[in-house]
Amino acid sequence: MLDRNKIRDDFPMIKSEEAKGRIYLDSAATSFKPQCVIDKVMDYYTKENANIHRGDYDLSYQVSSEYEEVRKLCAKFLNADSEREIIFTNGASSSLNLVAYGYGQKFLKEGDIILSTEAEHASNILPWFKVQEVTGAKIEYIPLDKEGIFDMEGYKRLLNELGDKVKVITLAHVANVLGNIVPLKEIIEEAHKVGAVVVVDGAQSVPHIKTDVRDLDIDFLCFSSHKMLGPSGVGVLYGKYELLEKMDPFMLGGGSNARFDICGNILLKEPPFKFEAGTPCVEGVLGFGEALKYLMAIGMENVEEEGKELHDYFMKRMLELDNVEVYNPKSETSIVTFNVKGIFAQDAAGYLNSQGIAVRSGTHCAKILLNVIGVSETIRASLYLYNTKEEIDRVIEVLKETTLEKCIGAIL
Amino acid sequence: MMDSNLKRDIIMDHYETPRNKRTPQSDDYLKKHMAADSCIDDITIYIKFDGDKIVDVSFDGVGCTISTASTSIMTELIKGKTVKEALHIIDEYEKMLSEDSYEEDLLEEANAFDTLSKQANRISCGLIGIKGMKEILENYDK
Repeated sequence: MLDRNKIRDDFPMIKSEEAKGRIYLDSAATSFKPQCVIDKVMDYYTKENANIHRGDYDLSYQVSSEYEEVRKLCAKFLNADSEREIIFTNGASSSLNLVAYGYGQKFLKEGDIILSTEAEHASNILPWFKVQEVTGAKIEYIPLDKEGIFDMEGYKRLLNELGDKVKVITLAHVANVLGNIVPLKEIIEEAHKVGAVVVVDGAQSVPHIKTDVRDLDIDFLCFSSHKMLGPSGVGVLYGKYELLEKMDPFMLGGGSNARFDICGNILLKEPPFKFEAGTPCVEGVLGFGEALKYLMAIGMENVEEEGKELHDYFMKRMLELDNVEVYNPKSETSIVTFNVKGIFAQDAAGYLNSQGIAVRSGTHCAKILLNVIGVSETIRASLYLYNTKEEIDRVIEVLKETTLEKCIGAIL
Repeated sequence: MMDSNLKRDIIMDHYETPRNKRTPQSDDYLKKHMAADSCIDDITIYIKFDGDKIVDVSFDGVGCTISTASTSIMTELIKGKTVKEALHIIDEYEKMLSEDSYEEDLLEEANAFDTLSKQANRISCGLIGIKGMKEILENYDK
């Protein structure tokens, strides 16, 4: 059993005096951070401030080793073959762009197909729009049903029809609006049969479900530290080593090259270092390491299982409300997307805010999804391991009594 | 300061039955499309002039209660006014939202938003349609 009350004690954003009465349901946007993560970031500035990979003196050597330890820890967290497959970026968006630029723009050409879905976050579709524009390859969309659920039969049909023209499949393991888990293992198996490379947006999945890159046979996996208890400004691109070797870096500069000369010849370092030009967010990576340790101590199996249980309770209570319409009743992780009937999403979110409840309204960066669920603006509530049933009960009580009058009253 | 029950009634009324909410069928209107960066509000303003005078104003699109009601109220306030008079009203409205002193009498039902300045994250809702009107008026070359 996950002791949520004990966990809550680790988070200053929850246990502080100012946090009283606050219910945070926007962890899909960014999570709170436990004290150990915050301390680590502070420690870097107060005790070990030095640049990495320049080990001439003890401090620098020490911080470089710690930085590389986080890489090893992250490889272990994902069950990757080696830490050489872990690239630190500045977030999931940056990781996704790196793949689209360094792999997509380099290897795709006219006639090639990129498969994706209409539920993708802007960060996993706009970079591929650019690949389309630059290379002449074309994006096709895998069908989704009315609830946005991945249509496996439709996907197989597409693969059958398009065959080895499909070079890249890019999709979220858990969609950021709908919260359903796609059957990734089967999707990847099918993709590999036609020789396609699969790029997984793990921003909403890696924080919540155990992600084993070898078991799933993922080619590229992108995610952010800040959605999984770590600092912002840090992300990860996992890639199979042979793919990383072929791929171009997005940036060139200090730290990424072994040597260069006046004629313009550059000898790049091996992955992951060839992708990490410039001084990275050192304190962020160190803090991310603490976040990984924190999650590993609880065990991702437990995070996943108990997360589902709390989500299911939330969903069950939400579906009981007559004045609320839920758009993703089949979701499995963290996210509940809904509207209060007859009330514009932003107005209802404003009322919830006046009651101390933090949710997000809008299109949630998935602007083409409205073609599928038929509604443009929604409210998204998302949970994490520090939320409780008591908080959910309170949210349900507030939602029950949410009226247009009250929403307007909240701004007067 | 307007009574808060009255304010709520005004906003409800303009949200549920917005005035001048239509896309004109004729092409003698100047229009301005306003889409918010941070939310879903998406409103187009239409103004028809006769010389210096605003003979018709309308709007269409989707918006929250604040953006819909504020736009609706302002269409009523500036219809029939001269460009100068309308810009003056808008100016006073903007002053109200910035907590500067303003001419209350001029704003009539728009006084319902006299405390909107306290909700920093919603001020832009109360401005989106009105900014569209202002842009048309400022660029109007009679």
